[in-house]
Amino acid sequence: MAIKSLEQPSSAAVSLSKIAVSDTHGEDSPYFAGWKAYDENPYDESSNPSGVIQMGLAENQVSFDLLEKYLEKNSSDAISSGRVSSFRENALFQDYHGLLSFREAMASFMGQIRGGRVKFDSERFVITAGATAANELLTFILADPGDALLVPTPYYPGFDRDLRWRTGVNIVPIHCDSSNGFEITPAALDSAYSDAESRGLRVRGVLITNPSNPLGATVKRAVLEHVLDFSVRKNIHLVSDEIYSGSAFSDREFVSIAEVLDARGHRDSERCHIVYSLSKDLGLPGFRVGTIYSYNDAVVTTARRMSSFTLISSQTQQLLATMLSDEEFTEGYIETNRERLRRRYRMIVDGLGQAGIECLKGNAGLFCWMNLSPLLKEETVEEELALWECILREVRLNISPGVSCHCAEPGWFRICFANMSEQTLQVALARIHDYVERMRENGDK
Amino acid sequence: MTLSKKATCNSHGQDSSYFLGWEEYEKNPYDQLHNPNGIIQMGLAENQLSFDLLESWLAENPDAASFKRDGQSIFRELALFQDYHGLPAFKNAMVKFMSEIRGNKVKFNPNKLVLTAGATSANETLIFCLAEPGEAVLLPTPYYPGFDRDLKWRTGVEIVPIHCTSSNGYRITGPALEEAYQTAQKRNLKVKGVLVTNPSNPLGITLTRNELNLLVDFIDAKGIHLISDEIYSGTVFDSPSFVSIMEVLVNRNYMNTDVWDRVHIVYSLSKDLGLPGFRVGAIYSNDDMVVAAATKMSSFGLVSSQTQYLLSAMLSDDKFAPNYVVENQKRLKSRHAMLVRGLKSIGISCLKSNAGLFCWVDMRHLLAANTFEAEIDLWKKIVYEVGLNISPGSSCHCDEPGWFRVCFANMSEDTLNQAVQRMKAFLEAGRSVEAGQNQSKSSRRKSFTKWVFRLSFQDRDRER
Repeated sequence: MAIKSLEQPSSAAVSLSKIAVSDTHGEDSPYFAGWKAYDENPYDESSNPSGVIQMGLAENQVSFDLLEKYLEKNSSDAISSGRVSSFRENALFQDYHGLLSFREAMASFMGQIRGGRVKFDSERFVITAGATAANELLTFILADPGDALLVPTPYYPGFDRDLRWRTGVNIVPIHCDSSNGFEITPAALDSAYSDAESRGLRVRGVLITNPSNPLGATVKRAVLEHVLDFSVRKNIHLVSDEIYSGSAFSDREFVSIAEVLDARGHRDSERCHIVYSLSKDLGLPGFRVGTIYSYNDAVVTTARRMSSFTLISSQTQQLLATMLSDEEFTEGYIETNRERLRRRYRMIVDGLGQAGIECLKGNAGLFCWMNLSPLLKEETVEEELALWECILREVRLNISPGVSCHCAEPGWFRICFANMSEQTLQVALARIHDYVERMRENGDK
Repeated sequence: MTLSKKATCNSHGQDSSYFLGWEEYEKNPYDQLHNPNGIIQMGLAENQLSFDLLESWLAENPDAASFKRDGQSIFRELALFQDYHGLPAFKNAMVKFMSEIRGNKVKFNPNKLVLTAGATSANETLIFCLAEPGEAVLLPTPYYPGFDRDLKWRTGVEIVPIHCTSSNGYRITGPALEEAYQTAQKRNLKVKGVLVTNPSNPLGITLTRNELNLLVDFIDAKGIHLISDEIYSGTVFDSPSFVSIMEVLVNRNYMNTDVWDRVHIVYSLSKDLGLPGFRVGAIYSNDDMVVAAATKMSSFGLVSSQTQYLLSAMLSDDKFAPNYVVENQKRLKSRHAMLVRGLKSIGISCLKSNAGLFCWVDMRHLLAANTFEAEIDLWKKIVYEVGLNISPGSSCHCDEPGWFRVCFANMSEDTLNQAVQRMKAFLEAGRSVEAGQNQSKSSRRKSFTKWVFRLSFQDRDRER
C-alpha cells in the first residue's frame, strides 16, 4: 500500500498537521474499499438478492436474541429495585476510574470466559471507548514516537491505524506462515527484533491477538510461554488483545496470558497488559466498551488519566454492569454463543470444503482463514488482489485479502461467517461453489 | 521495561494543588444530614439544576432509553451501529439544538459535525489535526486547567498565553493577541491557532462582538486557525446574549473565504444538559479536510450508540429542548444571583458575569500579600478551615493573585447558603489574624508552592 500525502489547497494560509493529511489512518486499503462496494450494493434476501454479501466485517450477530430476552425481562426492574443508581447520579458519573459495579462485572465475565481458571481484580481495569482506543492508548504509554511494536502477521488491518497513526510508533512484523499453521516461532520473534534493530528502531513490546484475527485460531500455551520468555529476555512489554476470548468455540481450547502469568506466580506480570472489549463476544460494537487490564500499577494509573479522552458512556456502563453481573445469564450466554459460533464455523468450512477450498484449522473467532492460492495464476500479491476484485465483482462477496492483513504469503483470505443469517451464508457458499466450478471449467479448456 | 516519555512526564497535569482540594473533599465530603461539617465541593463545574426536567421527559418517553422506536425494538440496530459518521438522527438533533441555543441566527450542517467522547476528546482531536508536535496554540488567560492536558499532553503542542487582566474585565485586546504571538515567535514556536472558550471558563462571561471581530481579524492577518470552545453556550442566563463566532463570520460575509475554513467550534452536552457521564462532544468545522480527518480520529472516542439514540429522541423533541434551555437558564440566573448576593453581603465581589456554572470571585483584599504564595495560603485555609473546595486562579494560569473560581450549580440552595455562611463566619473570626499572618518561608512551603504551580486539574475526572 503506497503512502501518498494529500495535496493542500493552495489557497489555505496554514496547513493541517501531517497526521491529518497522511494516509497512516490506513483507510485506503482494500480492507475498507470492499466495504464501500458493499455499501453501494448491499445484499438483501428479498429486495436485493444479487447484491454484495458482506463477509469482510467481523461482527457477531448470532446471539442477539439472548441479549434482547434479557433486556426485556430486566429493564424496569433494575432501577426500581434500587440496584442501580438514579438517572441523575449516572448522568453525572464521569469518574475515569469507571463505575465500580461495571468493573466488577467485567472481572466476573472475563473470569467466566476463562472457565474460572483465573480471577481478575476490578481495580486493575481501565475503561476505554472500545478496543480501538485501548490499543492506541497502550501504545502511547508503552512506546515513544519512532519506537517499534512487534506484531505477528497476518494481523488485523486496523492496527496500522490504531498503533501507528497518532502515536508515531512503528509496527515491525513477526513473520508467520502456513508451513506451521502461522504459529509464532522463537526464530520469527528473534528475526523481527533484529529487523527492528537494523532499522534503528527501539522495540518496546510485542502485541499478540489471542484468539487471532484473522486466523480464527487460539494461540497455543507453549507459544504464549515462549512469547512471554522472549519479552522477558528483551525486557519489553507484552500486550495480549483477547477481544475474541469469548468467541473460542470451547473454553478449554483458549489459554489466556493471565493463566500463564498465574502459573508463573506473577513473576513476569509487570510487563503484561490485556485488552478486552464487548464488541465481538457480546456483539455490541456500537456501545464502545473496551478495557485495558494491566498488571503494572504505573500503567494502570497513567492509562486511567489518559482514558479521559475516551471514556465509556456511564449510561452504557450501568446497563452492562447489571447484565454482566447476572452470572446465571452470562454463563448461559457464553455457552450458547460458543455453540452457535461452532455450528456456523462447521457450516462454512464444510461448504467451502465441498467447493474444494481449504481453511486453516480454526477454533475461535467470527471468521475463517481461507486458502485460495490454488486459484491464483501466480502466487503474487497482484494476483491475489486481482482475485479479490474478481470475487467482489463477479461473485459479489466482500472478503478480506491477506495482503491487507500483511500476510507474507499471497492467496489467503479472511471470510466472516457470524454477521449474517444462516440462509445468507448458504447463498454465499452456493455462489462460491458456482464460481469455483466456473473457474475449473475455464481452466480445463 | 520502561514506559514512554508521555507516560512518565507530568503533562497530564495531575500532580497539582487539586490533589489536595479534591482529596480533602473525597475524604470528607459534605452531606446535609450525615456530614454537615464536611467539605463543600465548589470546584466542580457541573450543572445539577435541571435534572427533574430530564427525568420527567424520560418518564414520558420510556422507549428512548429502552432501545425502542415506535414501540419496536431497535436494540440490534443500535448494538451494531459503530459508524464514525454518527447516528444521522442524533447529528440532526444536535445541530438543531446548537442552532436553538444561538437563537437560530446560525444554521449548522450535520455533515460538518463530528461526534467525540466529550469535549475533552474534541479539543485534543482538533489539535492533532491542526498542529505538529512543538508548535503552539494561543489561549487567553485565565483558562480551564484541563487544557494543559487536553491540548498538550499527547499532541506535544505548546500553549502560549494571551494575557488578560481584571483591569479591563479580562477582555481580549489587539495588543494582547499580538504580544502572545510575538512571545511564541521569540520562543521559536510556530503558532497554528488561537483557542478561546466562549462563554469563558473560569470567568463566566460571553465574548463581546468586539472581541470576536478582533479574533477574526487576527487569524485572518496571521493565516491561522481559531477554535471556539462553546460548551457553555446554553448556560448564558443574562444579557448580553450569546454571540457565536459563526454569527460574526456570517455577518461579515466571510463564507467561502479561507478564514471560514479555519474556524472550528467545539461543543458538548456535559454543561448545558448536565450529562458529563454520557460523553457527548462534537467538533464543527467548515473545512471538509478537518471534518474528514477528525471523523477518522473519532474512532478512538466514539459516542455510545445507546446514548446517541436516547439523546436524539430527547433533543429532537420540539416540546422539550427549547423549553429546557429557557428554564435551565432561569434557574442558573437565580442561583448565580444567590451566590453573588451572598458574597456581596460579606464584602466579597465577583466579576460581573452572564453565563457559566461558576463565579470568578475577587478575594484579593483577603490576601496577606499580592503573591501567588499568599493565594495558595488563602486557598488552603478555605479548604481546611472553611471547608470549601474552590479553585485558585493560579491553577487557571491567571496573571493576578487573589481570584478564585467558585461553582454554584452543582449543589442545592441550602448547601450554597451553608457555604456562604461558612465564609462569613471565617471572615468575621479571622480578619485580624490574617493581617498579622506570619509569612514563614520554610523550604517545605516553597516546594509545596512550586508543586502547586505545575498544576492543571483533577485527580478524579471531574472537569471544568
